[in-house]
Amino acid sequence: MVTTRSTGNSPPRLPALGLKSLALVLISIVIMFADSRASHLDAVRQAIGAAVFPLKVIVDAPSRLFDWAEESTVNRDTLERENRRLRNERMLIDAELQRLTALEAQNARLRQLLDARQQLTREVRVAEIMAVDANPFRHTLTIDVGTTDGAYDGQAVIDAQGVIGQLIDPGLKTSLAVLISDPGHAIPVEVNRNGLRTIAFGTGEIDTLDLPFLPNNADIEIGDLLVTSGLGGKFPPGYPVARVNSVTRIPQEPFADVEATPAAMLNQVREIMLVEADDPEPASEPQPEAEPGEASADE
Amino acid sequence: MSSRGGQGAVPVLASIVVALMLSIVPLPGSVTQFRPDWVALALIYWTMMLPQRYSVGIAWLVGLVLDVAQGTLLGQHALALVAVTFLTSRFHLLMRVFPMSQLTATVFALLAVYQFLLFWINGVAGIDAPAATYWGPVIAGTIVWPLVAGLLSGLRFRLLARS
Repeated sequence: MVTTRSTGNSPPRLPALGLKSLALVLISIVIMFADSRASHLDAVRQAIGAAVFPLKVIVDAPSRLFDWAEESTVNRDTLERENRRLRNERMLIDAELQRLTALEAQNARLRQLLDARQQLTREVRVAEIMAVDANPFRHTLTIDVGTTDGAYDGQAVIDAQGVIGQLIDPGLKTSLAVLISDPGHAIPVEVNRNGLRTIAFGTGEIDTLDLPFLPNNADIEIGDLLVTSGLGGKFPPGYPVARVNSVTRIPQEPFADVEATPAAMLNQVREIMLVEADDPEPASEPQPEAEPGEASADE
Repeated sequence: MSSRGGQGAVPVLASIVVALMLSIVPLPGSVTQFRPDWVALALIYWTMMLPQRYSVGIAWLVGLVLDVAQGTLLGQHALALVAVTFLTSRFHLLMRVFPMSQLTATVFALLAVYQFLLFWINGVAGIDAPAATYWGPVIAGTIVWPLVAGLLSGLRFRLLARS
């Protein structure tokens, strides 16, 4: 009890406390500026991130355990049924693939005739989403690969249905990815039907993207598939992003009000894939996804 | 005194680590909006009770860790936690003699300051979320405060009894 009572003489320390607090607040402000403007502090982030990693693993453990328990207690019947279904699916996909291989070869030949650049096959890495919540004001995911696995800032993240988002904060073992539905995110897209290029912005709603830059007379219809155009250099071209679900043309307004639903199951997936861009630049320009600058760069 | 300080640090740090973990545990759907600011609550308690040992310095470090864990702007939570612990430290003698109801009201004010700072920094950084969403953690934090204070004082008294 002696010590608790002796804290009663802390008032003389108050000016020092005030100064210390002020200094820490100022340092925080400087750090925030440095962090928001450029990636000077990535090393610091990674160092602290390494310390946080065990916490994330522990937090993620129950859901992993649950998955494991579920997997190991399935009965034989269910497994057999699933196995059969998967085998059938695989056969169908193989058949599709045969056709695709032929088409790809044909495409390459035609591109050669047109003197166009060859499309590369891309490195794809499978990753898993960790059951760890992050910033409540942004749409982000924590995934279980980091720079040690070859992940880099700005790498595109997709699932089986379409684009999910991109990495914004790759740590050593875990990374943070921002979803295309994040209010600060913009992705260059084109309409699959006619090649009309535009930009899809996140809205903060998990199931809605906004396409604000389409003029009233733009050729866009409900049901149009939007695919990545590859123009920003971040996302490889040709991956489905969203499907247009509403087009409102108001004659007085210069732009139509177009909304789309993401093709990927943004809040349901567990397995995702990281796709490498044409020329991966580990030290690319600072976080274009948060700045409206990307929009102008793609226009 | 110094030897006791060494002993006492482990449970305090453990409680802060648990608070950090609670702040990244996934919650279902809209409950996320009502996640109490566990770290802020733990720091308020320890600063109020042991202001000479736990104050703005540790709050700043923990804030940086929280920033990395949550993927926010580096320094955002650090700044907010420094402000909250500074206020707590400044008024700790007053807060200690408050009855629980009044103390809870004070904690409500501190949490409101905390969320306001986060809101402000988000605004400057261009991350806009509806202002109403910032009230969820404040209200939830105020509701769980008596529980947190009870648990942590249990921890503290067990420590004192042992030494």
